[in-house]
Amino acid sequence: MADLQLKSIKKSYGSTQVINGVDIDIKDGEFVVFVGPSGCGKSTLLRMIAGLEDITGGELTIDGDVVNNLQPKERGIAMVFQSYAIFPHMTVRENVGFGLTVSGVPKSEKVRRVNEAAQVLQMEHLLERRPSQLSGGQRQRVAIGRAIVRDPKVFLFDEPLSNLDAALRMDMRMEISKLHKKLGATMIYVTHDQVEAMTLADKIVVLKDGEVQQIGSPMELFHNPANRFVAGFLGSPSMNFVSTEVISYDDTSITVGSEVLDAVTLPRNGRDVVVGDTLELGIRPQYLEPHHGDVKGALHGSVSLSERLGTETVLDVALLDGNKVIASISQDQQFEVGDKISLYFDVNRVHIF
Amino acid sequence: MLLFIVVPFILAIVFSLTNQRLMSPNAAEYVGLENYTNMLDLGVLVVDPVMDADGAILLDKNGDNQYPRLRKFTRNNPGYPDVKGMKEWFSFSWGEQKVAIMASDLVFMKALVNTFTFVAFVAPIQGALALVLALLINQPLRGIHIFRSIYFMPVVVSIVVVSLLWRFIYDGQNGLLNSALSTLTLGYFEPVNWLGNPDTALGSIMAMSIWQAVGFHMIIWLSGLQTISPTLYEAAKIEGASPWQTFRYVTWPGLRNTAVLVVIVITMQAFSLFAQIDVMTSGGPLDSTQTIVYQAVERGYGKQDISGGSAMSVVLFLIVLSISLLQRYLTREKN
Repeated sequence: MADLQLKSIKKSYGSTQVINGVDIDIKDGEFVVFVGPSGCGKSTLLRMIAGLEDITGGELTIDGDVVNNLQPKERGIAMVFQSYAIFPHMTVRENVGFGLTVSGVPKSEKVRRVNEAAQVLQMEHLLERRPSQLSGGQRQRVAIGRAIVRDPKVFLFDEPLSNLDAALRMDMRMEISKLHKKLGATMIYVTHDQVEAMTLADKIVVLKDGEVQQIGSPMELFHNPANRFVAGFLGSPSMNFVSTEVISYDDTSITVGSEVLDAVTLPRNGRDVVVGDTLELGIRPQYLEPHHGDVKGALHGSVSLSERLGTETVLDVALLDGNKVIASISQDQQFEVGDKISLYFDVNRVHIF
Repeated sequence: MLLFIVVPFILAIVFSLTNQRLMSPNAAEYVGLENYTNMLDLGVLVVDPVMDADGAILLDKNGDNQYPRLRKFTRNNPGYPDVKGMKEWFSFSWGEQKVAIMASDLVFMKALVNTFTFVAFVAPIQGALALVLALLINQPLRGIHIFRSIYFMPVVVSIVVVSLLWRFIYDGQNGLLNSALSTLTLGYFEPVNWLGNPDTALGSIMAMSIWQAVGFHMIIWLSGLQTISPTLYEAAKIEGASPWQTFRYVTWPGLRNTAVLVVIVITMQAFSLFAQIDVMTSGGPLDSTQTIVYQAVERGYGKQDISGGSAMSVVLFLIVLSISLLQRYLTREKN
């Protein structure tokens, strides 16, 4: 159990900067998820915390101690890898107990602790098997077992579920969430999957190009994204963006409109604008309400694809200016390709960028 | 494939059962296993010490027991048909008696012992050295390719050329090795005729052979090392394994299949030791560097006794086969 601080952490390979000064504060027992597109530096950041990559600049503290130059084993961390990284020639028991073996823990204590870890993960029946006899989910369980058996201060997960199929991924996601509640340990989890981020995290860190875009709880980020990138990254299907022009404004509201959008009036929220400015409106697909034909105060276009999933209908709509938006309706509703439709939305649900 | 592997193989077995000689006008006759018995026959001769009329043992100048000459038993002595025509291989004392192990083909026996000695030293040393080099050049350092090339270079050069070069290095008068040792010890080192001395000749050839082929096995080890997933090393590092523990728990188990390959290949190569001997010592001095293959060639082509040479090749084949099978068995997956 420990808190952890990253203070203007930097990483560069030669002249290529991959992490440009990251500040993150992680409290004891928190579940923090680093999320971002591939190449954003989230895995590098995790590996720097683990001690597998050098820290070029800045300060990393665990429990108040600066650990920049400490070996991984001296940092009190455990890590679970995407590829499981379990030793193929050892049994599950030997794999889980590996950290205890190399640090010379007496045999009886090792057996006890491995059994405890196996019990927590419900894999007692697998202990004498070899990795080749295990499924992907079981292997990942072994890797997690190896992490918890050492009782580390901080758990690091590097995309642990990416190699699993969709159904198993969901199960394991819940398992990890339960594990966190049970152990109450500090966990840092890297993923590119925003669903994992939203469901697991106490705190999400959105990264892009080696920079923090926003840090906050899942709902904070979902409802109040700091910028267009965060808004577009979280939520599925991702947020629609529509370019509009400011037609008029007063103290409390702005009226915008465009070729495809009838003039609508939005809350101003203290934003500085002048007439003629271009504003981007971000609207989540779930908040678009499709109607056949023309409706006032809405976006106009035609259906180019309709996916009916039974409980949900996803419409791919080509607006009059050729741009695309997606509307997601939480019920089965029939639209034909080519149908003219209007997409109505609640102005209070709109994000302005 | 059939022509170049199977046919010669069968021919060797067939020849080894005949008295075929190259250039001989007589047709080959089937002689059964005679070639093998001529080659492998051993006899034991227990000799009583020479006693005087009173039954006291005669001692020689050094105070050792005197024994009759073994020739008395092996030549024209109908009382000892077992050891007829054999020569003494080695002997030891057993109480008052002397036990002599007699061989019908003494040179072959020496070749056999030399070959096994060669394998026993070269296989483990070469394999281990190659692994150490492979571990060293597997480091992600700048310019490491230069070292890889250097270590691999002797493999590319023909063994005959290498052997010729090493003859100069080992030269007794002004060879490189003697000069170097003499310089390093400030002149205290007495020059040794490395290849001309029965005590050092085989060792010298071993050292040179290890040096020559170590690069090849290094490359095989290296390819094995590079199949081990880097994340396993990272996991070991996170778990706090020391370098030795990392080697023991991650590297070595990951090299298991490579190890089997390297050991079998080295053993087979070592058993077929020939070119170095041919170029450097021709089996001498005093048969101290005779080997099975060299003998087989010498017998088959030098002495035109193709059937004897074939028989040796077959024996070598059986030895190598059984050792390879044994190695396979010992290194099998225990599961």
